[in-house]
Amino acid sequence: MTEKKLRNIKIIALSVSLILIIWAGFLFYEHRTFAEAVVPSPELTEVKKLSSYFSPLAGTANDCNLYFFDSGNPGGTLFLIGGSHPEEPGANLTAQLFVENVQMEQGRMIVAIRANRSASTVTRPGDAYPRFYTIPTSWGEKKFRMGDRWSNPLDSWPDPEVYVHYPSGQMLAYMDIRNFNRTWPGRANGTLTEQTNFAMMELIRQEEVDFFIDLHEAELEYPVISTIVAHESGQEIAATASMMLTEFEFERPIGMEFSPPSLHGLSHREVGDNSDAISLLFETPEPFLDRVRGITDEDLLLTGKDAFVMEAGKHGLLYEKIDERGWPIDVRVGRHCSTVLETAQAYSDINPDQPIVIQGIPRYQEVIDNGTGYYFRNPEEAEESQVYYE
Amino acid sequence: MSMINTIIMIIYHLLSAVIALLLLRSIWKTKDIQEAILYCVILIPFVLRVVHIK
Repeated sequence: MTEKKLRNIKIIALSVSLILIIWAGFLFYEHRTFAEAVVPSPELTEVKKLSSYFSPLAGTANDCNLYFFDSGNPGGTLFLIGGSHPEEPGANLTAQLFVENVQMEQGRMIVAIRANRSASTVTRPGDAYPRFYTIPTSWGEKKFRMGDRWSNPLDSWPDPEVYVHYPSGQMLAYMDIRNFNRTWPGRANGTLTEQTNFAMMELIRQEEVDFFIDLHEAELEYPVISTIVAHESGQEIAATASMMLTEFEFERPIGMEFSPPSLHGLSHREVGDNSDAISLLFETPEPFLDRVRGITDEDLLLTGKDAFVMEAGKHGLLYEKIDERGWPIDVRVGRHCSTVLETAQAYSDINPDQPIVIQGIPRYQEVIDNGTGYYFRNPEEAEESQVYYE
Repeated sequence: MSMINTIIMIIYHLLSAVIALLLLRSIWKTKDIQEAILYCVILIPFVLRVVHIK
């Protein structure tokens, strides 16, 4: 081969590489910087940044928005977080539904839609995760970032050989140092994820939060599913809500479980242990997360229908039932909405001197009938000053 | 801890940049077409790391 021909082939190969770099770079950059519009309910009192409670977070990926809704009437304070694990869209969609619709009658509510924002700026291409998903609304499709379980390595790296949880000293898998629900209660001089948990704990203490709820979804192969995981302080509330929802509202039961005292780093354990707040964690089923799933795409994420997961169920390999109806996103969001409302009701019944009374939020059947998108406001119709971005 | 992580992250990016330059040099020097194409493919993740995109 002549020198000239070799040189030409090298130039072509380099040019193709450059095109692929630009193309892939654009796709990654678009996902990382995509801003989700939020139009809060007119009852919004104020929006703060998480760095208000821990200044080193200012300007980082995890300086998330905190939406405050204060009824002005005496009552308890509820802190609701979605997006602990951004690969569980039922959680952040429910949190956003609350932000865009809630009306507080008594007490106040604080909501974080993207509690671990960094983890929502990275997805899992190796597992064929989609970059985005869309929810149909009456005014068009609303687009959301699909995220990952762990904070973005671009924001927090390297991981240790073994993650030693602070302050318990419990050893966990190395990557869980970037898992927002393994790093509670956090530490001020830790990694970005630990600092985020620390800031959340500061918020809980400074705002005197009475009741804390962490929203999640789980694979059907995982035993902690369709349940309320309760710290000792919240067991009565969780048991009451579980019975009421199973008996009168849900087609499939929701259980309750005790937060294991020796399992550290999780919100249901650490928030209750390190503050005065009652802490609960909710799980809905998300077949998209099951290892035995088939084609991994937006359709599976939102419909929750998968023949392979169903087959696994026939062999008794799952902890939750699944049939041809799957687990659609509206069912999952509806379960979360009703569970928050029911636990808030139970909290108010047990603490009549500081009730948390929530209005404006649809219950399970309403979300299924109308669709989740029905409850999202059109950012183009809102005043610019009333639109926030996640 | 975050300071140590930041230092390691900076060193990692410098190493990525050095490897990317070495790959470019190898592409320039090699007489083997397959090697040249292989180096071009290997180059992609290193460049994306250097520019802090992936």
